[in-house]
Amino acid sequence: MNKDLKIVSFKGGVHPPKDGKILSKKTAIQTAPLLERYQVIVSQNIGAPPAPVVKAGDEVKKGQLIAEAAGFVSVPLHAPTSGKIEGLIDIPGPMGVPAQAIAILADGKDEWAELAPPIDWRGADAETLKKRILECGIVGMGGAAFPSHVKLSPPPDKKIDYMIINGAECEPYLTADHRVMLEEPEKVLAGAAILGRAAGVKNVVIAVEINKVDAINAMMEKAAEFGVGIVGMKVQYPQGAEKQLIYAVTRRKVPTGALPADVGCIVQNAGTAAAVADAVRSGIPLIERVTTITGEPVVTPGNWRLRLGTPISAALTFCGGVKYEPSKLILGGPMMGFAQRSIEVTVMKNTSGILLLKKSEITQYESNPCIRCGRCIKACPMNLQPTVLSQLTEAGKFEETLKYNVMDCIECGACAFTCPAQIPLVQHIRRAKAEIRNRSKKR
Amino acid sequence: MLLTIILSILALSGLGIILGLAIGFVSKFFGVATDPKVDLVLELLPGVNCGGCGRPGCADFARALVAGEASPEQCPVSSQEAVTQIAQLLGMTVGDLEKKVAVVLCGGDIHQTKVKTLYNGVNDCISAMQIAGGPKSCAYGCLGMSSCARACPFGAIEMINGLAVVHNELCVGCGVCVDTCPRDLIKLVPAEAKVHIYCSSPEKAAVKMKVCNVPCIACRKCVKSGEEGQFEIKGFRVEVNYDNFPGEDIVEKSGCPKNCLLTTAQHLEIERNADKEENAV
Repeated sequence: MNKDLKIVSFKGGVHPPKDGKILSKKTAIQTAPLLERYQVIVSQNIGAPPAPVVKAGDEVKKGQLIAEAAGFVSVPLHAPTSGKIEGLIDIPGPMGVPAQAIAILADGKDEWAELAPPIDWRGADAETLKKRILECGIVGMGGAAFPSHVKLSPPPDKKIDYMIINGAECEPYLTADHRVMLEEPEKVLAGAAILGRAAGVKNVVIAVEINKVDAINAMMEKAAEFGVGIVGMKVQYPQGAEKQLIYAVTRRKVPTGALPADVGCIVQNAGTAAAVADAVRSGIPLIERVTTITGEPVVTPGNWRLRLGTPISAALTFCGGVKYEPSKLILGGPMMGFAQRSIEVTVMKNTSGILLLKKSEITQYESNPCIRCGRCIKACPMNLQPTVLSQLTEAGKFEETLKYNVMDCIECGACAFTCPAQIPLVQHIRRAKAEIRNRSKKR
Repeated sequence: MLLTIILSILALSGLGIILGLAIGFVSKFFGVATDPKVDLVLELLPGVNCGGCGRPGCADFARALVAGEASPEQCPVSSQEAVTQIAQLLGMTVGDLEKKVAVVLCGGDIHQTKVKTLYNGVNDCISAMQIAGGPKSCAYGCLGMSSCARACPFGAIEMINGLAVVHNELCVGCGVCVDTCPRDLIKLVPAEAKVHIYCSSPEKAAVKMKVCNVPCIACRKCVKSGEEGQFEIKGFRVEVNYDNFPGEDIVEKSGCPKNCLLTTAQHLEIERNADKEENAV
């Protein structure tokens, strides 16, 4: 390992001894074959869903605008391939409720639309860069899908001095960002430098967990060229959570209810950085992403470059299908991902992983009483007391949970993971948060 | 031996007398004067501390009554006689009470409404709602995790076949359950209104029929067979107008094709029998 590497961490957290990354971390990124039909879910970003600008029967080219941003916290959407628009349909959505999607019948030619001209980012001003990032539909690709241009435009009274690129990938099983950083280090570094320039920040740091030494070494070679620093982080979940990452890198604590910008930081995902480099240097909009398809039941787990709108069922066939019937399908990582009820859900901008779990890996909630061991308190990265919060919730004392800062919970699930009595701690806390929101709404 | 018995009796009675005197002394010279009316009123109140009046408990309500900050009919639980007695005691006059009961406006039990996912999380409606909107296919129906039944201080809500059913004879109309339902299915209605439309889904009929056997499809048969103003059409569903509710004969007259217009008794019976049929199988 590189001796110059600084290794940092936050306090608390958990690390599963078998994190499942071994399944897919050695396989290079493969590009998925062209499918006959794509169903691009319209609402792929946090904020206002974009407004579709195509109708049934329209011919589109690859990378052509198919839905335009509706409002400031919203990004446009582009066609993943050339072909004919079949229309707006309802498909099973990632949140369990039907979602509107634009269906595209591919014509097989995969012709590019006319792309925006490349920008020489070293000389470009911040506004040009931000505009391009918006036009190419870039969102946070780690999971939250928060529009990147919004993060880059903090209120003018907030002075930003740190741009942190999140390469932690602390979720078990996922290796997509790892492979991107290893195979395309130049792209990630360039993207990081562009993001830094767009935010007017000199201090750009890529933070990577040290279980990705090969990726760190690959980026170290060229880091100086782009003026980007690299720090290593202890392998600990949730190292990649925004507030924990900021603390690990800068030792600044984001106060309750505040945003990273309040402590002068912006956090962007490593995959996002690569997409930004493509958008700015080549004008390519965000129409595909690297996704880890993994889990014990998958025949050949791997990392695939999937176009938006690829059904999960098709993605699984790329990997040779499944060995036996899985018990759970999760989009994202096992800790914070979302369980699905249909394999017709399609890949979105924030689908970092498609994870299948077998029966023995699924928790059945048969919890025992709290034995007051304090492991959840030790594991909580926000320094909360999950056991107290859970007991108050079970007693229905939601007002009192506020005194214990229940709203600070980032729902990482480290407490429930570590609980020897298998108490669904994070689930109780989520309920308390929902009840509190519900009550303040009804009032 | 005899001496020991006599000694212990004497010692204990002596102790009793001394302590009794001490208590008497303290209550005489350090006692806080309370209005004896508060205790009298408290005795007349139901004493279940349900919070239906909007106060922390019956004792606080009694204090507020005596202080003139509240009026007796604010207690939704008390019977007409109890309210009149309290009013007489306090020299107030009260009008007639309108007794209310809660009703869960959903008829989709596990036999009638499809279930879309297996849910093995925390047994609570709000928790279930957070996982992809709950395990039931109908996004507006009763989740059946008995959050309301647990909240009811009178044990008036029974879970039958994964559906909350209110027992009218036990329900006092305190309204505690109304706030616990994340799907807002529970309504407080006049106790006299015996007929309800057991569906709250605003979806189109075609969507509802895919997931449920007993939805209101807004066919308006009930509206036509009833008198003007007894029903309200709200989008794709019909609602009973509880200011001018229809009588029990409307159920037979209208012949609801989806069996969602029912009297409370019929509704309860259907759920009970569905349970029996399953046991028989």
